[in-house]
Formats: sequence, structure tokens, C-alpha cells
Amino acid sequence: MTGVNDDVPDGRELLRVEGVTKAFPGVRALDGVDLTLRAGEVHVLLGENGAGKSTLIKMLSGAHRPDSGRILVHGGPDGSADGLREVQIRSAQDAARLGIATIYQEFNLVPGLTVAENLFLGRQPRTALGLIDKKAMRARAADLLRRVRLDVSPAAPVAELGIARLQMVEIAKALSLDARVLIMDEPTAVLTSEEVQTLFGIVRELRDAGVGIIFITHHLDEIGALGDRVTVLRDGRSVAEVPATTGEDDLIRLMVGRDIAEQYPRRRPDAPGPPLLRVRGLTRLGAGRNGAGRNGAGRNGGERDGAGREGGGRDGGAARPVFEGIDFEVRAGEVVGLAGLVGAGRTEVARAVFGVDRYDAGTVEVAGERLAPGDVRTAMRAGLGLVPEDRKGQGLVLDASLQDNLTLARLDRDTRGGLVDRRGQRREAAAVAERLQVRMSGLGQSARTLSGGNQQKIVIGKWLLAQTRLLILDEPTRGIDVGAKVEIYQLINELTAAGCGVLMISSDLPEVLGMSDRVLVMAQGRLTGELPAAEATQDAVMELALQSPPGVTGETHTDESAMEGSDV
Amino acid sequence: MSEVKTATAPRAVGGAAAAPDGWGPWFSRAVLRNGPLGGLIALVAVMAALSGDFLNGQNLLNVGVQASVTAILAFGVTFVIVSAGIDLSVGSVAALSATVTAWAATGQGLPVWLAVLLGLAVGVVAGLISGALVAYGRLPAFIATLAMLSVGRGLALVVSGGTPIPFPGAVNHLGDTLGGWLPVPVLVMIAMGLVAALILARTYSGRAMFAIGGNEEAARLSGIDVARRKLVIYALSGLFAAVAGIVLAARLTSAQPQAAGGYELDAIAAVVIGGASLSGGSGKASGTLIGALILAVLRNGLNLLSVSAFWQQVATGLVIALAVLLDTLRRRSAR
Repeated sequence: MTGVNDDVPDGRELLRVEGVTKAFPGVRALDGVDLTLRAGEVHVLLGENGAGKSTLIKMLSGAHRPDSGRILVHGGPDGSADGLREVQIRSAQDAARLGIATIYQEFNLVPGLTVAENLFLGRQPRTALGLIDKKAMRARAADLLRRVRLDVSPAAPVAELGIARLQMVEIAKALSLDARVLIMDEPTAVLTSEEVQTLFGIVRELRDAGVGIIFITHHLDEIGALGDRVTVLRDGRSVAEVPATTGEDDLIRLMVGRDIAEQYPRRRPDAPGPPLLRVRGLTRLGAGRNGAGRNGAGRNGGERDGAGREGGGRDGGAARPVFEGIDFEVRAGEVVGLAGLVGAGRTEVARAVFGVDRYDAGTVEVAGERLAPGDVRTAMRAGLGLVPEDRKGQGLVLDASLQDNLTLARLDRDTRGGLVDRRGQRREAAAVAERLQVRMSGLGQSARTLSGGNQQKIVIGKWLLAQTRLLILDEPTRGIDVGAKVEIYQLINELTAAGCGVLMISSDLPEVLGMSDRVLVMAQGRLTGELPAAEATQDAVMELALQSPPGVTGETHTDESAMEGSDV
Repeated sequence: MSEVKTATAPRAVGGAAAAPDGWGPWFSRAVLRNGPLGGLIALVAVMAALSGDFLNGQNLLNVGVQASVTAILAFGVTFVIVSAGIDLSVGSVAALSATVTAWAATGQGLPVWLAVLLGLAVGVVAGLISGALVAYGRLPAFIATLAMLSVGRGLALVVSGGTPIPFPGAVNHLGDTLGGWLPVPVLVMIAMGLVAALILARTYSGRAMFAIGGNEEAARLSGIDVARRKLVIYALSGLFAAVAGIVLAARLTSAQPQAAGGYELDAIAAVVIGGASLSGGSGKASGTLIGALILAVLRNGLNLLSVSAFWQQVATGLVIALAVLLDTLRRRSAR
């Protein structure tokens, strides 16, 4: 990989943020942040969740306004000596006028419209009669799509695109705005390594064309590969601005404010206990719907769920099963990792085991007792819990209080004679929030206002309070920063030490290898192998993940055929 | 309060005008912070200033009586709206329940207590049917309850033959005034309000309503039987509608098949003015009561001021829009 610039580019400054502060009720989100962005650089914004990255970029895109401090933008001929002038960014329109485009983690695309319509939403080219000039729109869309090397028709509905392509459409939209400042919020979080390389290529082209890019990522290896400078935020302050060549350990120290002794602090048990969960011959037929399609994610808008699982049933027509003949067990005190490509059917198996979706054959037993299919409540009573991959769409009631979220799965147990013991709930919630060290202003705070890591602690805390004995974690640390990740790993250790079992689905291969006692690998709906921790290496897991299971015709691997993220 | 400050302070940044003095901060504090209650107080103050008759005890009790039927309906609708649904059928169900009660007691000679139970049961069954259509038939709540609106009204006309039926004397006491001054409908309203508050805040069903309205999928994945809860929610709405219908008929001393027409919209307006969000997950019985009172104060005050019924409709619409607008502003500034 090339493109690593050791020196600070000497392009002119496009954007300067000076001493910006922003307070929300109970939280000081930003506390004196400085940032400069030059033309032709990729400036990485690094920080733990809750450090203030989101607030800062929302400020630059007009969603929030600073309480104090200044934002200066390069303002053309009428600017001062250095070409910068102070601006008030009050709306998304203001940001667009100033040439600032933002690509959020949650996409701003209308699913029912075509790619071209989305690209020119609200500013469609018109004919002389004032009608929309579809021809011109398609031609210009095709041109933009070529620039981002996206091979889809401008007439294709956005709803049919997978997550990686949606991302590219967003980038094309930013290009069409002639943005001089492009802000990208964790654009690689859900891309495969191949797609990441394409994205990097496009970002480098933009940089060479003089665009200033603010790039947010949690993948430290991407910083050296793509970035020029790094600004580190911690607790709402900009604590350092360093070259992108800074070592990962130093970056982590700046970000967390301390050394992290071990990235994967798994303490393996000497001997696992009796089997808690036993799954036999679990099979779900039928293509197309993979259960994820009818979940309620849409409500929260733009959740990436579902789209990331496009491999689940795209083959159309005569279909391979969603999953077939799944056999495994999880013992008390054990962490079993479930690895595989996006679309291999891991989430679908987890949902079936937990009783969310039905299955066509096979059995699920918890501690020797067979569970009725498609019944979440029975599964919960038997001691199962599920931390879903889509935290905001499925894990939390975002606008409800932390207390309500934490006690949601034990509402039954806290009800006596029809009345809920709210005081007891408060006590329990306070205790678990304390134990998980949730950073909050109080139990009445709404879940929406927490950072990703703290939100995930709330979802896990919900299952701790429901006295779960076997916890299924689906992508437990996706989009979570290093510090919070380690806290969640330590929590997993505590759980298994207390005799619980954990089934962990993860696309982060180092995490699977670092935290699992055994690794199961799925490919195309089948279990292709099981590896004890000692034998589980990246190569061994990838080999199993890419295997065509027996009975499946060797279809060619499409773009989802790479492990998610770039750490492969 | 800090949230009010955040709404106004950023403008001061960069040399722009400082935060306004004078009535601005007072207005912010009194109305924005207190939300619906502030609005009610402001409205009462305005009416008291404009009409000398308004602030008299008898008139205020009158306002309470006028608010009672809307409020009882609205308490039931609060459950539905908190769970991100909607119930358009409550006016019709109220009329149907009252009609069935009168038909059973006056027409069929059933004991009055049995007739009342029958009327309440009709409300519950209507709610259960709407709920089943929503929960199991996967109909949008708007459509399911729109259908029930029509069916309920139609059945009320069928049962009554299209003419009012005298209400049984024993139940008419619900429309009476105790001790010469305390109207029973107000007591019923307060009792139903307390029941609604208890259900929302303290019962399993109530807490489940907030979870379902906030995020149905998260509620399902946390072990809440969403379909069954929806049945209960719509049944409760039907039950409250039946009580409202019986109170209304008692006041009129007859069950009229055309009664309470359009009341569902007043009920929804009261819930929303009271601070609930139509997208679900929030709402309070106290807010709903205030919403119903705001509507009643407005109508009563405008009557006292001899404003024509036509202009009253215009004013009501403006107040609904203004109330929800203020509430939206309040929430935005608290964010």
C-alpha cells in the first residue's frame, strides 16, 4: 500500500475549528476542540466512542451549533489574508453552500427511488418546460458512478443495493456537490477488505484533486494506509495532532489516556462445564427471506442491518437453505466463536436458536430441555439471551430511559399482582450500571444519548439482569472503540467465570481468535469446521470460511466473499 | 434551565445579538419548560382576562363536565398512541356501548347492572377485534380502526333503529351533580385518569406499551409478547370508550346512536397536545388530561365571549397546531 505521506501537506487551509465547545444537558460533549484541514489531505479523526467525534462532525454539517468557539472556512477572494472567514453553519444547506459534504454511518438515501434520483434529489436537472430531464439526470449519474467505479445502472432502485454499494452512492452524491471538504464517518465499518481497497483508491483520487477529507475510523491499521495527519479527541478535547505514521500503541495511548495491557484479555477455563446449549441438525429452508428482512430496523432509519446480509438469499430461484444441518454445543464457562463471511448464515442461526425466527428441522436444547421453535419467551426462561448485531434497531429502545432498557427483559419477573416493582427495578438497574461502569448522567438518561460502547453495555446489562446463563453475542464490538471493547471482553470473562456460556458471532477475526475457546466456522449456511483455540489461526479460519460445503455447487464468490473489515 | 439556554445562547456566538430580554425568557420558562400545563395556564389567564364570567366556580366545573367525555376517551387512546398505534374507532365504540346498554336495560328489561356490564363488554370486544386485526392480521392500525369506526357506528344505528333510546334511570346518576355542585362526570374522569396513570406507569401492560412504541423489535427480542400486548392495548381503549359512552348517555339521559361522532379526533388531539408523540414511546395520563382541558377551556371561553361556532372551529384548529408546535420546540431545545 502506498500513499503514506510522512510530511504535512502544504496545501492551503480549507477549514479551521478553533476552541469549539458544546454542552448537552448533563454532558459536556465538546470542550475546546481545535482542528485544521488542508486541501489535499486525509485528516483522520480518532477517539473513543463518546469522545466527541460525532458532535464535531454534526457541527460541521449544520446539525448542531457550537456554544462557543469559531469555525472558519476558506472563503474565496473576499476572505482575509489567509483566505479563511468565520462562518455560522446553521443547516445542512449552509454546509452544502460552503462545500462541506458529510457521509454519515446511517445513509441518507431513499430506498424507493433509483440511484440517479437519489443522486440528484432536490436538484434534478430540468428541461425547458420545468419538468425533470431524466435523460440528462441519468447521463450525469452514470458519469458520477463511473468516477466511484460503481457498476450499477443509474435506473436501479437503491433498495436493491448492498451496503457497500450504498456507501459508494453516497460518495458519488458528495462528488456531485463538488464538495471541497468531505467528512466520512466510519466508512469502512461494514465493508469487505476488497471494498475497502476500492474506497481507499477513490479517497486518494479525491485527495490528489485537492479535496480535504476528514476520515473517522476505529481501524488503526487504516490510519497509516490512508491518512496524512491524525487529530485525537478524548473526553471532548482535542488532545493531540500527530502524523499518521505514529505507531498504533501510541495512538491507543493518546486515545484512551492510558496503556491497554492486553487487547484480548481472555482467561480460558481449565475445563469447561456441562453442555448448556446443544443444537442438533438445525435447518431452515427457503431462499429470499432470511428473517432479517422483516425486522423492525427500518424505524430507526438507515440501520445497516439486513443489507450486510445480502448473501443470505440472493441466488434467487432454486435456493440453498438459509442454514442446514447445524450441530454444535456450548458448555458452561466457555466462549465459542462463530466465524464466517458476511451472509454465511450466522445471524440467522442465532435468531433461530433464540426463537425469533422459525426453523424447518432440528432441535435446540438448553440444559437438556428442548425448546419450542419460534418462541423467544421460552428461550429466555431457559436462560438464553441475545445481544443483536443491530444495536440501535433491535437491542435498545432508544428514546426510553436507561432504567427501562436495562429492566426490559425482566419485566415479567418484576411484576407482582399486575404491578411492576419500579423501585426494585431502579435498584437492580443502578447496581448493574455501576458494575458495568456505564458512563451516564443518570438512569433517567435516554439510551439514544449514550456512546456506542455504553449503549452496548446497556444491552448486555439487560441480559445480566434477566439472569441469562447462555448469552449469544452478535458482533458485540462492532463500531466500538478500543477501551470499551476491552471492558466488554472483561465482562465476557466474568460471565464465563460465573459458569455462563457465551456464543460469540464476530466478523472481526482477531477478536474471534483472541476471545474464543473454540471457533466454529460457517460457510454458505453450513458449519464447515471447528477449531480449538490452539489451532485457530487466521489462515485456518479463512480457509474454512471460504470452503464450499459438500452438497453446494461451487458458486463463485461475489463481493461478500471476504472477511469484513480490513484486518484479514 | 440549561436546556433553555442552549436554545438561545448559540446565536450570541460570534458577535450576533445577545439573548433577548423582556418577555422572551419569561415566555420560554412558563410555556416551553412546563409544556402542556404552561399552555393550559396561559389559556386560562387569557380567558379570565377577556371574560369576567370565566373564573367562576360553577363555570370551571362546567368546563370539567365538558372535558370529561373527551378526556375518558383520550385516556384510552393514550395507551394506543404510546404503543405507536392509533385508534379512530373510539367515538363510534362509545356510541355503540351506550346504545347496547340502553337497549338491554330499557328495551329487553335486563337488570341495569347487567346492561352496563354488557355495554362495557361490547367496548372490550370491539377493541379486541381491532387489536386482532392489527396484531395478527397485520393491518395498519389506521385501517383496522377506521373499519371499526364504520362498523361500530353502523351497529349502533342497527341496534337502536336509528332513534335515541332512553337511558335507564339508575345509570343516569352518572350525569348527576353531587351535593348540588360536584358533577359526577368529573369524578369519573378523575377516577379513569388515575386508573390510566397507574396502568401506564406501574403495570406490565403499561411498561410494555412504552417498549413496543419505542422499538417494537427490541421489545420482541426482550421477551415481550407483542401481539398479545396489542390485543390488551386495543381492548383497554375499547373499555375506556365504553365508559365514556355511558357517561355521555347519562348526561343526555338517552343513548343516541349518532352521539360522540368525531370525538375520536378530539381524543387524539388531546393526547397529542398532552405531549405524546404519534410515533410512539411517550405519553402521560396527566398530559392527556391537560390536553382535554385545553380543548374544553377554549370552547367554553369562546362561548362566553359569544364567538360564533364557525370561528370556534378555526380557533380550535389553531390551538391544536400551536400546542404541538410549542411542544416540538420544547423538545428540540431540550436535546
